[in-house]
Amino acid sequence: MALLSKKDTSLILDPLADNNPITIQVLGICSALAITAELKASLVMALAVVFVLGLGNVVISLMRNIIPSKIRIIVQLIVVAALVIIVDQVLKAYQYELSKTLAVFVGLIITNCIIMGRFEAFALANGPWRSFLDGIGNALGYGVILIIVGFFRELLGSGTLFGIPVLGDPIAKTGLYATGYENNGFMIIPPAALIVVGIIIWVQRSRNPALVEEN
Amino acid sequence: MAIDTDKNVYTVVFAAIMVVVVGSILAFLASGLRPQIQENERFEKQQNILYAMGVNNNEGEGSVDFIPTDKVESEFSKYIKEQLVIDNGKAVPKEESYLIDLKKQLAAKKKGQDYQLPLFVGEKDGKKFYIMPMYGKGLWDAIWGFVSVDETMTVQGVYFDHKAETPGLGANIKMRYFMDDFSGETILKGTQYAGIKVAKGNNDPLNKVKDDNEVDALAGATITGNGVSAMIKETVNLYKPYLETIRTQ
Repeated sequence: MALLSKKDTSLILDPLADNNPITIQVLGICSALAITAELKASLVMALAVVFVLGLGNVVISLMRNIIPSKIRIIVQLIVVAALVIIVDQVLKAYQYELSKTLAVFVGLIITNCIIMGRFEAFALANGPWRSFLDGIGNALGYGVILIIVGFFRELLGSGTLFGIPVLGDPIAKTGLYATGYENNGFMIIPPAALIVVGIIIWVQRSRNPALVEEN
Repeated sequence: MAIDTDKNVYTVVFAAIMVVVVGSILAFLASGLRPQIQENERFEKQQNILYAMGVNNNEGEGSVDFIPTDKVESEFSKYIKEQLVIDNGKAVPKEESYLIDLKKQLAAKKKGQDYQLPLFVGEKDGKKFYIMPMYGKGLWDAIWGFVSVDETMTVQGVYFDHKAETPGLGANIKMRYFMDDFSGETILKGTQYAGIKVAKGNNDPLNKVKDDNEVDALAGATITGNGVSAMIKETVNLYKPYLETIRTQ
């Protein structure tokens, strides 16, 4: 028996493209706007969400038969908040530097609607292994978009990637800046993320017309 | 399964058990890890204070590297000659005054209660540094840091940090290029204490003019920048009586 059945593989791969949580389901936009001004933050956030969503989906899936339906949203919220706080505390004790990088994301992870969305739509109705795969898949789909947006915003807005100047020095006018090129200050403010996400959605839908909804 | 998960009794019991279980896990974890976390925070403060007086492990452009945690304690006692608190305008020595939480002291001041302001005197290559802690607010949450000046009220170095400023925007106050701009700036305007302003539309982006009380602002981080300006101004005002006693020009 293969480790991943065909259904399992599609659980991971679908959210990367045709069922992407950001571009198709339009979830998690808040954090996509907030932290994609630089590539490093996008990557950190993507990894943190992979971890929390993968684990959270498993926990919810294991509890799915005993959760009272009337308070299931609250239960989900407690699970995700507890997970995030546990990770935060452990990192603070043993990986202090890393924990400081992540501190700003803690609140954004808890309120990320992709997490609640997957708990609600998938983990409550499926077994732990599939829920785990679904969590990883959706978090990766989210992460991919974050990294694409982060790449363009940091490159066009600051002329750097991962904080390393790639287009020359904007103040001393070297490299590309010698030709009169300027950083686009608009790219580093949050509305630019909406535009970049919009362009990704546009490109994705024109390549695959099946994604366009009938009106 | 035979349990009816829709029953009210079940819901209430489930909620109660869940709260107790999650609460105990978190409480257990928090108290178990506290000593380790406090140790980390103590090292961090020492590292930050040393950073503000230019004792760091920076290599090349753009790196912000502290003295490693295993060495920071010995380096701290080597460079920091005096730890003081300013109590009613008078500076008195106090051991481990770097552990004083400035936030609480400022809150006490606001309420009109007694408060103590920590201050550190460092010495490197025969030069004295007067290092003051700072605390203020940015866009989302607290910002804080340390600033060191010499007897001429020229800034020798700063360190800024923040709790939750936006990555890529306000969070850049802890970037080297921003912090380095402060070095060499004076906090005096004539003989008045003016602080240093994080200025937008600055005519001096390369920061060559050191006596304009201004550094270039960060794009997209207006409120964090204003927070930094306000924080420096407040710190300078708080320490003014002490700074007057050491000023040589």
